[in-house]
Amino acid sequence: MSNIIKQLSIFVNNEPGRLAHISSVLKECGVNMRAFNLAESTEFGILRAIVDDPDNSYDLLRQKGIIVKKTDVIGVYLQDTPGALFQAADVLGKANINIEYGYAYSYKDKAIFFIRVDDPEKAVDVISKQGIKMVSDSEI
Amino acid sequence: MFWNPKIECMPVEDLKKLQYDELKSLVTKLYESNQFYHDRMEAHGVKPKDITCIEDISKLPFMYKQDLRDNYPTKMFTVPNNQVVRYHVSSGTTGKPTLVGYTRGDLDYWTEALARSLTSAGLGTDDVLQVCYGYGLFTGGLGLHYGGEKVGATVLPSSTGNSERQIELMMDLGVTAIACTPSYFIHLMDVAKKMGVSLKNDTKLRIAFLGAEPWSESMKKKIEDETGIETFDIYGTSEQGGPMFTDCPCHKGIHISADIMYIEVIDPDTEEILPPGQKGELVVTMLKKEAFPLVRYRIKDMTEIITEPCECGRTSPRIARITGRSDDMLIIRGINVFPSQIEYTLMQIPEVGDQYMIYVTRDGALDNMVIQVEIKAEAFSDNMEDMLKLRAHIESALKKYLNIAVKVELKAPGELPRFEGKAKRVIDNRVI
Repeated sequence: MSNIIKQLSIFVNNEPGRLAHISSVLKECGVNMRAFNLAESTEFGILRAIVDDPDNSYDLLRQKGIIVKKTDVIGVYLQDTPGALFQAADVLGKANINIEYGYAYSYKDKAIFFIRVDDPEKAVDVISKQGIKMVSDSEI
Repeated sequence: MFWNPKIECMPVEDLKKLQYDELKSLVTKLYESNQFYHDRMEAHGVKPKDITCIEDISKLPFMYKQDLRDNYPTKMFTVPNNQVVRYHVSSGTTGKPTLVGYTRGDLDYWTEALARSLTSAGLGTDDVLQVCYGYGLFTGGLGLHYGGEKVGATVLPSSTGNSERQIELMMDLGVTAIACTPSYFIHLMDVAKKMGVSLKNDTKLRIAFLGAEPWSESMKKKIEDETGIETFDIYGTSEQGGPMFTDCPCHKGIHISADIMYIEVIDPDTEEILPPGQKGELVVTMLKKEAFPLVRYRIKDMTEIITEPCECGRTSPRIARITGRSDDMLIIRGINVFPSQIEYTLMQIPEVGDQYMIYVTRDGALDNMVIQVEIKAEAFSDNMEDMLKLRAHIESALKKYLNIAVKVELKAPGELPRFEGKAKRVIDNRVI
C-alpha cells in the first residue's frame, strides 16, 4: 500500500473528435476513470486520469498506439470544512514543495484533491505528519 | 525615359552579336581557368571553339542549385578573393546556404541594370525612393539602394518592419516611390488605413517596385485601384545577382537587359528549348558576371519569353510575370524556403519524429507558415511547461535556419498523414 498513486497522462491532439476517440479506446480497454483533468494548449492537450488499474491500463493503451505516461501524484482527502484546501497547500508550501497542478474529485460527502508535486515522497511525509489523510493506491 | 539608350534600343542583330562576343569570352575564360566549368564542359563534350554564334549556347551543359551547394562556399568563384568586394547569402536547399560573391565590376553592372529599370519607370533626381526590402544578406535592400542612388533619387533605406514608422516617414519626407514585396505593400496599405492615412491623398507616392515573390494581375489591380499608384514588377534572384529588371510603362513583360543576361525557356522535364510564347522554366546565363559566373543556370522560375517589339522602343527580350516554380521552393514573406531545409532542421531535433506537414496561408497580406510535427512518444511529458518549451525550441530552431518566424504545432505519433507514393507534405492554401 502506498500513498503515491500512478496517474495516466495521455497526449491528445486538440482536434474535433480526438477526446471522443481516446474515451472510446479507454472504454474498449475496460479502463474505469475515477477522476480526470484536461490541460490544454492551442493544438494539443494532456489528459490526466486516475484509473482503477493503472499498470494494466497503461499497457492496453500503449498497445492501441496511444501516447501515455505514468505520473506519480498524491490524493489528499479534504474535510468538508472551510480552509481544508488551504491547510494542505500551506503544509506543502512551508516544506518548499512545488505544486505543478492539481484537480479535485468529489463523491457524496468525500472530496479528494489530486496533486502533482515535484517531490511526491517528501510531500507524503509532511502531509501525513500533519495528520491529513491521503488516498492509498489500494482504494482506487 | 532611357538610362542607356544605346544598349536599350540597340537593333536585335547587334545585340545578338554583342551577346555572342560576351559568351565566347566568358566560356573561354571559364574553360581555361575554372576546374568546375572545365570538368563540366569536358564531360558534356563541348569546347569553347564549338561556340560560333549565340544560339550555340544550347551546346553548353546546364548548371543546378546542387552545383552551388556542392561547391560552397567559394569553389565556383573565378576570381581571387582580393577581387571580391561583397558577399550576399541566400537559402540553400539543405544544410548549406548559397553564397554569391561580387567584384567591383559585378556591382557596377548590377547597379547599371537597376538604373535602366528604375529610369524606365520614370524614377529620377526629384524622387524619394523608400527601400523596404531587407538590408543585409538578402540582395533586395542593398541592390535597390545603389540603383536608386545611381539614378540620383534620394534613397530612404528604411528596410523591413515598423510599418507605422514607414508610413510616417513616407508622409514626412514626401516619398514618391517605394520598393518592397507586394505582400508587404498590401500590409502597409492596411496599416495606413488603420492610422487614418490615405496613401492616395496624404502621400506623394506614385510608383512602386514590387517583387521577390510571385504576385498576380489581380493583386496589381487591387493595389493600383486603391492607392492610385503605378506598380512595376521587379525580377531577380540572388544566384543571378539580385533584383535587376522591371517592366516598362507599357507593362507588357519584364525587360531583360540583353547585354547582361541571356535567357532561355525550357521544358523542365525534357530540357528542350521552347520557342517564345511557350511557358516553361527560365534558364539564365549571366554574360558579365565576374566573381561567380552562371552559365545556363536552371533558376526554376516558370515564365515565357516575349520577343515582339515593345512600344517603349526597347529591343531587349522580355519575360512574362513569373507564375510559379518548377521545384518545391516556397516564397514566404519574400524569403525563399525549401521544404528540405525544414526537414533538415526538424531531423536535428531528437524529440521530433519522422512525420511533419507544412501549411501555408495568407492572412490578410502576410504569409503564415504552420508546421505540424509528430513528436516521439518518449518526448511526451506530463508537464505542460515542458511541452511548450519543446514547441518553442522547435520554433526557434526553424526561425534561426529559415530566417522567418513559423508556428509549430505538436502532434502525437501516428496523427499526421502517411504517404505511400511521393509525399505531399506542403499544403499551400494561399490565393495570390
